[in-house]
Amino acid sequence: MEKPVITTPLPGGTLKQPRLPRWAPAGLAVLSAAVGVGIGLAADLASRVQWGLIAALFYIVATHVLATVVEGKRQAKDRLVTSLVWVSFLVAVIPLASLIWETIVRGVKVLDVYFLTHSMNGVITLQPGGGIYHAIIGTVEQVGLATLIAAPIGLLTAIYLVEYGTGRLAKAVTFFVDVMTGIPSIVAGLFILSFWIIVLDFGYSGFAGAMALAILMMPIVVRSTEEMLKLVPNELREASLALGVPKWRTILKVVLPTAIGGITTGVMLAVARIAGESAPILLLVFGSQAINGNPFEGAQSSLPYYIYEQWANGNEASYDRAWAAALVLIAFVMILNLVARGIARWKAPKTGR
Amino acid sequence: MDIAPTASVPPPKAPPGNSATRPGDRIFLGLSKGSGITLLVIMAAIAVFLTWRAVVAIAHNEGNFLTTFEWNPNANPPVFGIAVLAYGTIVSSIIAMVLAVPVAVGIALFISHYAPRRLAAPLGYVVDLLAAVPSIIYGLWGALFLVPHLTGLYQWLDDYLGWTGVFAYDGGAARSLFTAGILLAIMILPIVTNVSREVFKQSPKMHEEAALALGATRWEVVRMAVLPFGRSGVISASMLGLGRALGETMAVATVLSPSFLINVSLLNPGGGTFAQNIAAGFKEAGDLGRDALIASGLVLFVITLLVNGAARLIIARRKEYSGANA
Repeated sequence: MEKPVITTPLPGGTLKQPRLPRWAPAGLAVLSAAVGVGIGLAADLASRVQWGLIAALFYIVATHVLATVVEGKRQAKDRLVTSLVWVSFLVAVIPLASLIWETIVRGVKVLDVYFLTHSMNGVITLQPGGGIYHAIIGTVEQVGLATLIAAPIGLLTAIYLVEYGTGRLAKAVTFFVDVMTGIPSIVAGLFILSFWIIVLDFGYSGFAGAMALAILMMPIVVRSTEEMLKLVPNELREASLALGVPKWRTILKVVLPTAIGGITTGVMLAVARIAGESAPILLLVFGSQAINGNPFEGAQSSLPYYIYEQWANGNEASYDRAWAAALVLIAFVMILNLVARGIARWKAPKTGR
Repeated sequence: MDIAPTASVPPPKAPPGNSATRPGDRIFLGLSKGSGITLLVIMAAIAVFLTWRAVVAIAHNEGNFLTTFEWNPNANPPVFGIAVLAYGTIVSSIIAMVLAVPVAVGIALFISHYAPRRLAAPLGYVVDLLAAVPSIIYGLWGALFLVPHLTGLYQWLDDYLGWTGVFAYDGGAARSLFTAGILLAIMILPIVTNVSREVFKQSPKMHEEAALALGATRWEVVRMAVLPFGRSGVISASMLGLGRALGETMAVATVLSPSFLINVSLLNPGGGTFAQNIAAGFKEAGDLGRDALIASGLVLFVITLLVNGAARLIIARRKEYSGANA
């Protein structure tokens, strides 16, 4: 038996490569946290961010050196990247967590039933008091109108693209829907400003804002609906058509019901997205302190615009109101998102086979 | 008897447009086609109306629209130019990209390849939710929380890198282009992460397993099987993020204290961006002022069109590539 035995002795004398113990990364993390705090305290660094950076740097370097010594170059590089990936994740989590945390902590201060049911009419900005009732009405009406405009157009466009479109028109529409997704909200606002307010000479109104929001919403609805319609199995369409059902009834009675869960999700996500837009509202709805229930006439407010306005007032009472409104807005958007994703999971079209 | 001839008349795959023989079909096709055309008309109308108002504004402009360092459209004679705005927009977006893209790729890799399996799905979910946080809330947080917390960092940068001029800092509120860039980076992080993660997830499992079988470490798998596959996806994700950073209004408007000067130092207040200038100057603008703002909006529109178009072209090319690969 000539066995090509590995004669060159491996480092350590066994086939197994020497490895750092499993607890090494965790241990090093604790150690580097201690070093970060230690150096921070010793050098009297004011910012916690610096403490964190020192700890992160120490962790990366220590892991690399240790792994190079024990495990060899390739493993060391692997560990280096692993720790970099972990650190980048932690670095990103901090601001995002802080954002949510600050909004909740500072938001609950003035958030109560009074805040939700009163407007800012007659409230002196320097003093506490007032609420967001007018802004909620504005947001609901503007977003509702925008959805009424954008959802049918978006839905039908998606149906055209998936069920009918093959020619040059469909290609053009697909491309421009993509491009439209990237239109900055302020540009959509400027367009409605030039078209509706400057050229056609209508006044500021919730409806003008709703039109700009609809422009932002359409491409999102088209995109998500398109994806969902593509998931509907072709056999369903063929079975229906084979029974002699006209194409339009096939689409309405077979294709759409199959995809309805995903389509609803897409529309709700789009609503969540436009509910937070403030730039077009600033240009087109102009903002108001009082309740205005008529979206077709006169200035209105909206939640995102209200936050901006209160921030711009620049005093503590206004900041409190801004944070509380931000908390309401974030809660609204998050609930919409969660419900939408819940529906998507619940009604997912069965694509199996 | 009736059915057979009608069924045999249309070929199996009728050319679009001819298939609508029944009135219901014709109406439905007309409606859906009409919606598609409506979208195209809206895009065209945006370009036409913005250009129209921009031409009106530029015709009255006594300065050079591209090179003037001033924004006084209501003065007599009106003088305004976009030089400062273009500089500020591009610089703040570049800062955002430089900060966000490496971190976003890191998080995407973390979620797709590094995180414990049980953690990965909820993390992806959280990132999805963060992408939905409205920009005005980022703006509020940036102005009231981030700005006060950055003075220490800026002082430190000034101590060690102040000699470059770029990182010189004179103290005072940290309401500079760099702050705007940091905030934009935080804002676009979720989007860039989302798209990159999707791409990394689709990387061919066979390649990864082959690399592992040859004894590659995890990093070598990522470098040889995942990153080459995902490169164009990451590029297009970054460009989508760039598009968002370029057009972001409220977050920049809240953290920047603007001026119509180009400051060598990134840390000292000053400068402006297209979108921020529109939001900040709109309420005081007269008729010509509004047209001037629309003109600057047109420039922003064209820039974002180019960036997004390029991103889409890259994605489209990748689709063909991966299709051939499958």
